[in-house]
This record gives sequence, structure tokens and C-alpha cells, in this order.
Amino acid sequence: MSTVTFTRHLRARGRSAVLGAAATALLMGSTAQAETLRFAFQGTLNALDPYSLNETFTLGMLGNVYEGLTKRDKDLKIIPGLAESWETVDPLTWRFKLREGVKFANGNDFNADDVIFSAERIRAETSDLKTRIPADSTWTKIDDYTVEVKLTSPNPILHYEWDTWYILDKEWAEAEGAVTPVSARDTNPGPAAFKANGTGPFAIDSHEPGVKTIFKPNESWWGTPEHNLTEVVFTPIAADGTRVAALLAGDVDLVDPVPVQDIPRVNADPNTEALTGPELRVIHLGFNQFRDELPTSDVKGKNPFRDVNVRKAFYQAIDIEAIKARVMRDLATPVPLLIANELFAHSGDFQRLPFDPDAAKQLLADAGYPDGFTVAMDCPNDRYVNDEAICQAVVSMLARIGVTVNLNAQPKAQYFAKVLAPGGYDTDFYLLGWTPGSFDSWNVITNLAGCRDETGKGGPFNLGGYCSEEVDALAAKIVVENDPATRDQLIKEAYTIMTNEVSHIPMHQQSLVWGKRKNIDIVQRPDNQVLFYWANVN
Amino acid sequence: MIAFAIRRLVQALGVMLVVALISFLMFRFVGDPVNQLVGVDTSPEEREALRQALGLNDPVLVQFSRFIQKAVLLDFGISYQFKQPVAALIASRLPATLELSFVSALFALVVGVPMGVYTGLYRNTFLARSFLSISLIGVSLPTFLIGILLIFVVSVNLGWLPSFGRGETVRIGGFWSTGLLTKSGLQSLILPSITLGLFQMTLIMRLVRGEMLEVLRTDYIKFARARGLSRRAINFGHALKNTLVPVITITGLQLGSIIAFAIITETVFQWPGMGLLFLQAVQNVDIPIMAAYLLLIAFLFVAINFIVDLAYVAVDPRIRLGGAAS
Repeated sequence: MSTVTFTRHLRARGRSAVLGAAATALLMGSTAQAETLRFAFQGTLNALDPYSLNETFTLGMLGNVYEGLTKRDKDLKIIPGLAESWETVDPLTWRFKLREGVKFANGNDFNADDVIFSAERIRAETSDLKTRIPADSTWTKIDDYTVEVKLTSPNPILHYEWDTWYILDKEWAEAEGAVTPVSARDTNPGPAAFKANGTGPFAIDSHEPGVKTIFKPNESWWGTPEHNLTEVVFTPIAADGTRVAALLAGDVDLVDPVPVQDIPRVNADPNTEALTGPELRVIHLGFNQFRDELPTSDVKGKNPFRDVNVRKAFYQAIDIEAIKARVMRDLATPVPLLIANELFAHSGDFQRLPFDPDAAKQLLADAGYPDGFTVAMDCPNDRYVNDEAICQAVVSMLARIGVTVNLNAQPKAQYFAKVLAPGGYDTDFYLLGWTPGSFDSWNVITNLAGCRDETGKGGPFNLGGYCSEEVDALAAKIVVENDPATRDQLIKEAYTIMTNEVSHIPMHQQSLVWGKRKNIDIVQRPDNQVLFYWANVN
Repeated sequence: MIAFAIRRLVQALGVMLVVALISFLMFRFVGDPVNQLVGVDTSPEEREALRQALGLNDPVLVQFSRFIQKAVLLDFGISYQFKQPVAALIASRLPATLELSFVSALFALVVGVPMGVYTGLYRNTFLARSFLSISLIGVSLPTFLIGILLIFVVSVNLGWLPSFGRGETVRIGGFWSTGLLTKSGLQSLILPSITLGLFQMTLIMRLVRGEMLEVLRTDYIKFARARGLSRRAINFGHALKNTLVPVITITGLQLGSIIAFAIITETVFQWPGMGLLFLQAVQNVDIPIMAAYLLLIAFLFVAINFIVDLAYVAVDPRIRLGGAAS
């Protein structure tokens, strides 16, 4: 009996070898039909539940599989998605007309029940995307393809983040036991956390978290494909050098990101090129204005950062053009505000304070620190493009006006543990990057400049605790103002106050750098979502 | 013998407990796992609730005893990032690491021993000197640099071998995935194995060379020469055989460190093994994976040492007697 088994083994192995060879031959011979995009990113794709983690990369990858009521086009403009159209009946009532004839990958029909279900699910206790929908809104099904939303206060940006609020199939979720979202605290989420069933242009064929994920086009997608792919293979490659080498060796077609110092190398290769563009993330510096005394400073009994002259002196001491040219190798866009230029219509009305070390010295002297002072700076070293190098440049520029800055650069896990609420906002001077999830100024103003208490309530990412009652009052008006022109004026007022008071030092928008083989066409959106449905292999 | 084994076993358990405790104390300084688990919009209150739910607010000793209680039952918890049981995750990554480690050890032996013999026999030839110079590189260059150099020369410039990953894998049984049965799997194995095995190869080569030089001076080799035995019989039949005892010991002991220190090689080559899993866990503050991995490695070393100790006792009665006397 054992001989039989053994022979069978041998035969099976022989067959699989033959099959393997045949498959290789097939792949090589038919490149004209089989268009595979091999993509490598620095991070991993873990659980596939679209409400588990509010993070750009995960939501971007799932955006190939799932769809929201709205979508964003190549220029980030909001366009109809699963909702064909929508109207505001009155400031508190929105009505969405759903697209008919849409099917989920498992063949189920998409209808209003799925939307209502998804609206409940995303607001569940365990969801990480609760802020997508106001908690107290009421959702009603008018008919199979019409949904009405009742709000308790006007919200002009209700649907701004709905391109990443993905609609799930109610029947599927119930059958899979995935009615509540997989939360960070789940001890045993079950297999549904690693399955996906969306209406999008791709479906997930296989998923090995941290190793490899394979996407195949969804043949029953309702839209017209703008890609010519037959397969997408995603592999995480954490090490920068390996990722670039894999691109140069032709083992992958698309990598994100390419370190700025490797761009010349990628462009020098006849088969590869770097794809660059501004990212929406704005890097800024912040001052601790919350504490009465700075623990890391030699100034005792008072907090020098509470003096606007000191903040202004720091601002004017920083040569942003030098940082752009040397540290960022020209791949940065200096900005006057805490929001990216393309996200606020009136950003052109603002200008950065000029770089002027002499004026900065004078301001310091006026504030009572002619010989400067000492302070520590916190900086991540693996979160933003060249973050530590930017901080080092800032340190040396501040040294020129007599301020001694002790730099504490550490990996993001330690950095955020120290400077965010759980660490007690333990920082006096820091570097942080921010992208508003809604692409809207209200998010920036409340998160980065809202008055906060010690636990972070009010302005969770306002690490320095800047507080202006006027800005807070404006923010409260902005959030309910339905008229776009009036709203923009209010936003402009808030930014004007923040700029005059030097609430923060805005630095620059960093750049996206993707590397690709030249035969790949893909759209690089400033929000850094990698969307295969605009990719073509030539 | 049994008393010795039991005493050793108790010591081994003690070592593992200490390793686990030290790693737990270190986890306080690796950062905040919660920030890696939620998006930016998550409110501070929810973050606090999550921290409470994960038990991160408990004193270290409470967390530690909870971990040990479960670990005894081989339950290492759920990975924060992957949301899968850690034991299953490590088991799924184990084949990749073990295949890489064994192939590297094999490479180190198959290349290292002949080079050692050659350099021992013909120490003044040009080839022997160049082997020795090359071996210096193996000893002195850090692993990640060797890996990156190999990738750039062999994969990028020459285009001969894949630059990362494991290639196609085949599943054997329910749990073991192997890259040894496919062409791309074998190709992918070459560079990482050389990178990981180079240091061991150098070590073995230098060891064999030293032992050969020693043995060739001994009387029985001189007698063998006087008897007119062929060079081949003397060098391989008598000399090499007697050099192999320490080589086998060292190789066995080094296997543990090959598995443990595959971390760097796996990171450079994006090799989906345990080491890569561990390094990503460190970056993401995935405490359950870190704890389980460190414990596993501690177990590996403790087990190897335990076996070696027992083997010594079996071979050398003096150790047994000394142990009993103390």
C-alpha cells in the first residue's frame, strides 16, 4: 500500500512540475493577453474589513474592490459612485438616488437595504470610521433605490469622505457573521475579516496578510473598465533598498514610495522612471503653548512660546527654500497654511512670513531673549519624507538666531506614544504632518488648532495646545454653513487669525514619489491612493 | 543521568521565564500599539478604551502573568495587526525560515569544508590566499550589506535571479509551504541563502583549515605517509575525518543562530519568514508577536543547549561526576 501511495506521490509531483512548466510557458507566450501589474508598497495590507482601520493605504487598496456612494475622480473631484445623484431637499434632509443594476462580486444585487445596513455598521461601536457619518443622523429607505438622510444640524461636507465609506452587501455580511466591524480589540475576528465582497472593478482572489495579495478584475462590474489588467499582485516590501532593487530588476512594475535619494537611479535606468507629484499632506512645526513652563527649556517660570514674537522669530529663522532644495531635493511645495494649496480656494491670498534671521533675532530680543534659550524638539524619523533631516535643518537654522534645540528623533511608534494624548502631549516643540481626511479646512482647524483639554478633547492633534476662542467660534460656524462662498470666507478668517498669531509654522507639502516601469500608465492622485482601475500595461 | 537531565530542564525553564520577563519589560519602551491600530480620526477616549480592552493599562507583572498563563497552553494571543492567532501566524511563516536556514547551513558546509581542506593543504598557493581574503569579507561585512550588494549585482545588473520574495510555493500537507519544488522558488532561495550562510561558511572554512593544519602535524599522519598511503587516503580518509568532530558541533550550534538571525536577511530579501514577521511586529508594536517570537527563539537556544549538554554527558563521564559532586 505504501508503495502505491509513494508512486502516486511521485506521479503527482511529476504532473505538478509539468503543469508548472506549462504555466510558465503560457505566461511567457501570452503576455499580450495576460497583463499583470506587480505592485510593491512599504506597508502591509492586513484585515480586509473596510471599517477596521481608517488609513489611506488600506482604504485605497480596498477602493479597488469596494465602492462608496460617491467616488473621487482623477483630480479628486467628487463624482457619483453607487449613488447616481443626490439632492439636499432642505439643509437637514439629503436624498440619494442609487445606481440600479449593480451587483456585488458574489452576484447579489445592490440596493437601499445595503446602504442602510452599511450606514448602521460604520457607526457601530467597533468601527474605526465612525466619523464618516454623523452619529445622530437617521437613514430611511424610500424605495429600493432611494435613501433619505435626516440630519440634526446642517452639514455641507456630509458626503466629502464617502468615497472611502464602502458599501457592503447586507446578505453577505449576515451570512459570513460580519455584521459588526472587526475592531482593533477583537480577539478572534473569524475568517470574514479576510474576505471581501464589493461592487468594485476588482475582486480579491487570494490574500495572505503581510505576504501577497492577488486581485482579479470583477467581470460583472457595472462601469466601463479603463484598465487592461488581468491580474494585480501586491507584495509588501518594507526595506527601501530592496523595493527599489525589485523595480530595477524588473521583479515588480510599480513601487511606492521611492526614497528621494534614489530618484536619479530610477530615472537613469532605461526601463524605469519616477512618478512624482505633490501630496496633500502638510508638514508643520508646533509649539507647546499649553504648559506654564517648558520642562525642556532653560527659561524658568514662564513659557517663551506663549509670546507671539518668539513663535514669529522661529518662523522667520527657517529658510524653507533651503530645506526644499537640499533636504527635499526640490520635491516639496512650501505652503503658507496648514492645508495643501489645492484644498483651499483662497490659499493664494496667504503668504509665508519671509525668511529673515536678522528680524528673527530682533523679535527674540523684543521678547526678552536676546541670547536665545534652550528647548528640546521631538521628531519622528520614519514617518514622513526625510522627517529627521528636516528637523536637523531646523535645529541648525535656529542655532543661527541663538536658540539651542536638542533634537530627539525617534521611530514613529515611540514618537507618537510620547507626543499624543496617551503620552500626555509630552513635547515642547515638534514636527507633525497632517492630511485632512475630508480634504476640507474644518478638519484642519479643529484637529490642529481647536482648543483642547489635557485629554485631547477639542483638538486631538493640536499637540501644542494652541487656543483661540475666535478660531473655535469660527469653526463652530463653518461646520454648519451651507453656502460655499460664506463658508470659505469664515475659513479664511480662521486661517488669518492663526497666521497672525503664528499658531504653528506651516512647512511644506511633501511629494509623492512612485517608481514604475515605463510600460505602465497609472494615475497618481495627491491623496496617495493606488488605484489599479486607472492602470494600463503597454 | 536522569537527575542531571531534570536539573537541566528546570534551569532551561528558568531561562525561558527570564527571557519572557525581560522582553515584557522592554515592551514598555517600544511605543504605543494603539496608535498603530486606529486611524487619525479616532478620538482620545476611544483610544483609551481600546488600551483598556487590550489590557495595556495593567501593571507589567499582571500582563506578564497573563501572558505566561496562556503561553503554557500554547496560546500566544491574537496579533494586533494581523488579527490572527499568533501561533498560527508563526506556524505559517516557519517553513520559509526553516528552509532558508537549512539551505544556508548546507551551503556553508558544502562550500566551507572543501575550501577549508584546500587552504589547509595548500596554504601558500594563490588560490588559498584568495579564499582567505574572501573569507575576511564574509566575517567583516554586515549581512544587510552583503544582501544589498548581491541584489544589486546579481538581480539588478545581471538580471539572473529574483531580487526578493520566495517565488512560487507549493503546499505539502495542510501547513507546510515549500519553495523547493518550483523553479522560481529555488531561484529565489539562492541569494538569501548565500547572504545568510556566508558568515557560517567562513567560520567553517577557517575552522577546518585550522584543524587540518593541526592534524597534518600529528604523528599518525606522518606514519601514514611513511607507510606510503596515497595522498587522497591520508588527506580525506584520516586527516579530514578527524577534523570533523568540532565542525559538526559548531554547525549544530550555529543552526540556532542562523534561524534566530535570519531576521536581517529576511528583511533585506522580503523573505516571508518569522524574522520578517518579527521585525514588522517591532515597527508596529505588535506585542503578542514579539513576545511569542522571543520566547520561541529562547526555546530554540535552550533546546539546542540542552541536547548538547546531554550529548556531552553521554560522551564524557567526567561532566556527570562533576555535576553530581557539586
